[in-house]
Amino acid sequence: MSQQHDTYYVPSKSQWPIVAAVVMFLTVFGAAHWLNAEPGESGFGKTVITVGAIGIIGMFFGWFHSVIKESLAGMYNPQVDTSFRMGMMWFIFSEVMFFGAFFGALFYIRNFSIPWLGGAGHGVLTHRFLYDNYSASWGAEGGNGPMHVGGAFSTVVPWGLPLLNTLILLTSSVTVTIAHHALRAGHRGKILVFLGLTVLLGATFLYCQAHEYMEAYKELNLTLHSGVYGSTFFMLTGFHGLHVTLGTIMLAVIWFRVLKGHFNKDHHFGFEAVAWYWHFVDVVWLCLFLFVYIL
Amino acid sequence: MAHEATHDHHDHHHAPQGFFQRWVMSTNHKDIGTLYLIFSLTMFFVGGSFAMVIRAELFKPGLQLVQPAFFNEMTTMHALVMIFGAIMPAFVGLGNWMIPLMIGAPDMALPRMNNLSFWILPFAFTLLLSTLFLPGGGPAGGWTMYPPLSLQSDSLAYVVFAIHLMGISSIMGAINIIATILNMRAPGMDLLKMPVFVWSWLITAFLLIAVMPVLAGAVTMLLTDKYFGTSFFNPHGGGDPVLYQHVFWFFGHPEVYIMILPAFGIISEIVPTFARKPIFGYKAMVYAIASIAFLSFIVWAHHMFAVGLPLGADIFFMYATMLIAVPTGVKVFNWVATMWGGSMTFETPMLFAIAFIILFTIGGFSGLMLALVPADFQYHDTYFVVAHFHYVLVTGAAFAIMAATYYWLPKWTGHMYSEFWGKVHFWCSVVFVNVLFFPQHFLGLAGMPRRIPDYNVAFANFNMISSIGGFLFGASQLIFLGVIVHCVFFSKKKAADRVWESAKGLEWTVPSPAPHHTFEVPPVVHDEELAHGHVND
Repeated sequence: MSQQHDTYYVPSKSQWPIVAAVVMFLTVFGAAHWLNAEPGESGFGKTVITVGAIGIIGMFFGWFHSVIKESLAGMYNPQVDTSFRMGMMWFIFSEVMFFGAFFGALFYIRNFSIPWLGGAGHGVLTHRFLYDNYSASWGAEGGNGPMHVGGAFSTVVPWGLPLLNTLILLTSSVTVTIAHHALRAGHRGKILVFLGLTVLLGATFLYCQAHEYMEAYKELNLTLHSGVYGSTFFMLTGFHGLHVTLGTIMLAVIWFRVLKGHFNKDHHFGFEAVAWYWHFVDVVWLCLFLFVYIL
Repeated sequence: MAHEATHDHHDHHHAPQGFFQRWVMSTNHKDIGTLYLIFSLTMFFVGGSFAMVIRAELFKPGLQLVQPAFFNEMTTMHALVMIFGAIMPAFVGLGNWMIPLMIGAPDMALPRMNNLSFWILPFAFTLLLSTLFLPGGGPAGGWTMYPPLSLQSDSLAYVVFAIHLMGISSIMGAINIIATILNMRAPGMDLLKMPVFVWSWLITAFLLIAVMPVLAGAVTMLLTDKYFGTSFFNPHGGGDPVLYQHVFWFFGHPEVYIMILPAFGIISEIVPTFARKPIFGYKAMVYAIASIAFLSFIVWAHHMFAVGLPLGADIFFMYATMLIAVPTGVKVFNWVATMWGGSMTFETPMLFAIAFIILFTIGGFSGLMLALVPADFQYHDTYFVVAHFHYVLVTGAAFAIMAATYYWLPKWTGHMYSEFWGKVHFWCSVVFVNVLFFPQHFLGLAGMPRRIPDYNVAFANFNMISSIGGFLFGASQLIFLGVIVHCVFFSKKKAADRVWESAKGLEWTVPSPAPHHTFEVPPVVHDEELAHGHVND
C-alpha cells in the first residue's frame, strides 16, 4: 500500500453523531415500549418511534449533506477515500455475518431439529413420548413442526414470482455495472439511463415481493406463524427485502447525485459503495432462491 | 491537494473551546478515548455494585437481603454491564488513545463515526439499566438469555434493543480500528513492525465485525419468538431452544477472546518495557493471536456439552478447544522468556502484568479442565465455571486494563500517578481477588450450582470467605479511583515524554501530556524507535 500522502483530513466537529445516537435511542426505546404495551394502551411508544424514525431520516440527510459538501470541496484525498472504502467493505462483511446467523438457523433446523423431532438419532425418546405422530419433513407437510403451528399451509412455488425476481435482480446487477463503466468513461447520459433502470428494477423486485407476501398470507396461509418454515421464510426474505429497499433508496440518491454532477471518473466512492451493496444484496438473494425457495 | 482544505487551523493548534463542543461533538481520538475510559470506569463500578449485592446475599446460606428474582437480575445485569459496559469499552478506549499514537497516525480513520460509536453506549446502557425499574424487573435469565426462560420477561425487548445498539457501536468501532491500522500507518511502519497491542486490536476488530452481527441475529430471533409468533426456539413449531445456544455461542466464544486478545497486547507492551528487553518471539506472538482468533470460531459448542449434543460434536469441540492451549501457551512462555535475564523493575504496571501472567494462566488451566467433556459434565453450571471465567476476565482482562491505565496514564495526563498508592491498590487487588475467587473452585468441584441466591449449608464457609474477599476487592477499587483522580487533577509530579526509561514505540516520542493533535505530518519511522522493529531474530 502506498504510504505517500498529504496530511490526513481530520474532519471538523459535527453534531450528527450525537443526533444519531439520540434518534436511534428514541426509536428503539419507543419500539420496546410499544411491544410491551397492553392492548388499548395509549400510543406513547408509537409516538416515540415515529419521532425517532423521522429523526433518523433527518439525521441521514443532514449527515450526508455535510459529507457531500466536504467531498465536493475536495477535502477528501485518496487516503481518506481508502478509509471510506475499507469502512464500506467491512460493513458489508458484517451484513454477511448477520444473514449468516439466519442461514445458520435455517440449516440447523432442516438438518437437525426437524429430523430429531421426527425421532432421528438421540431424538428418539422425545419423538416417542411427545410427538409420536410427527414424521420429519420440510415444506408444507412438516415445516410447521409436530404441533402444526399456524395451521396447514402451502409453500411458494419457486418457478413463478421468485424466478422472475431472480432474473430482475440479476439484470439489475448488470445494469448497475454498465452504469459504473459509463461513469468511468464519463458518459453521464448513459449512467443516468442504466442507473435509473437499476432503480426501477429494484422497485419492481419489491413490488413482486410484496405481491408474493400477500399471496402467501391470503391464499397459501403461509405466515410468520407457520412454524419454523414460516419463521425462516419470512425472516430471511424479509430482512433481504429490507436491504433491497435500503439499496433502492441509496441507488435513487446516487441517481440524483449523478444528475447534479457530483461524480467524476476518478472520484465516485459513493457510487461504488452503493454498487457493492447492491451486488451483496443480489448474492444474498441467490442464496435465498436456492436454499429457501428451491431446496 | 488536501492541504488548503484541512479544517480551520485555529482548531488545529489550540485545545478546542467549549465543553459541549469538545466532548459531545468531538472528532479527536484522544478525547473520544477518554470518554470511553470514563464510561467504562463508571460501568465498572455499576457492575461492581451488582456484584456486591450478589456476594452480600451469598455471605450466608438462606435468604437475607434480596428476593431470588432480584438476585437473578443482579447476576444477569452484572455480567451484561461488565462485559459490554466495562471491559469492551475500556479496550476500545485504550485502542482509540493508543493505536493512532503507536502507528504514527493523526487520528482514527473515520473520526465522526468514532464519536458515534461512543455516544451510542450511554444510551444503550440507559435502556438496559432502565429495565431494573420496570414493573416486571430487569432480565433475570442470565446474560446468555437462553430461551425459553428469557422469553418470560417483559424486559426482553429493552434488552434486545440495548444489545442491538451495543452491537452497532462495537461494529463501527471495529471498522474504524481496522481502517486506521490498515490505512493510516506512518511510512516505515510495516505490518510486522507494529506493536503487539496494535496487532491484537487488528485481530480483535475482525472478530468483532464477524460475531456482533451474529449476536444481533440471535437476539432478533428471541424478539420475534416472543412478540411476533415465530417458532425458532419452539419445538412445537419445529424449532429448538438449543439452536439459540449454537447461534449465541458462535458469537459468545469469539466474544470472550475479544475480551482477552487486547489484554495480551497490553501485556506484550508492558513486559518488555520493565524487563528492558525486546519481546521474545515477536512473530510467534502475532501468529499466536491469529491462531487463537481462528480457533475461536470452531469451539463454540464447548459451552453446551451438557445440553445433549451428538457424541461426535462433543468430541470435535473438546479437541478443538484443547488446541487453544497451544498458542496460548506460546504467549505465556514468550512473556516469561522476555522477562528471563532481563533487568526487571517492578512498577505498578509491571506488577499487574506479572499478576496477569500468573493468574490468567490459572484461569487458562481451569478452562482446559472444563474443555474435557467427561469432566465438564461434573463442572457444568457450577461455581467452578464462575471461578474459571473470573480468573480470565478479572485477573485477566481487568488486570490488563489496570496495568494499561498505570502504564499510559502519565502519557495521557502529563503527571505521574502515586506509585505508593498504585502499589497499595495492586497488592490489595491481587490478594483479595484470590480470596474472592479461589474458594469458588472448591465450591464448584463440591457441586454448588451458579446463579442461585441460597445454598446448602455445606458450602457456607467457603462462601463467607469468598464474600469477604469480594467486599475487600470491591473496596480496593476505590483506591484505583483515588489514584486516577489524584493523577488527573492533583498530581504535581511532571511525567517525562518517555515515561518509562526503556519504553520503546512512537507513543513515547510525543510530549506528555500528548498534545491534542499528534502526527499531523506522518513521522518517518526508524526501526530503532520501535519496540519490535527487528523481527528477524
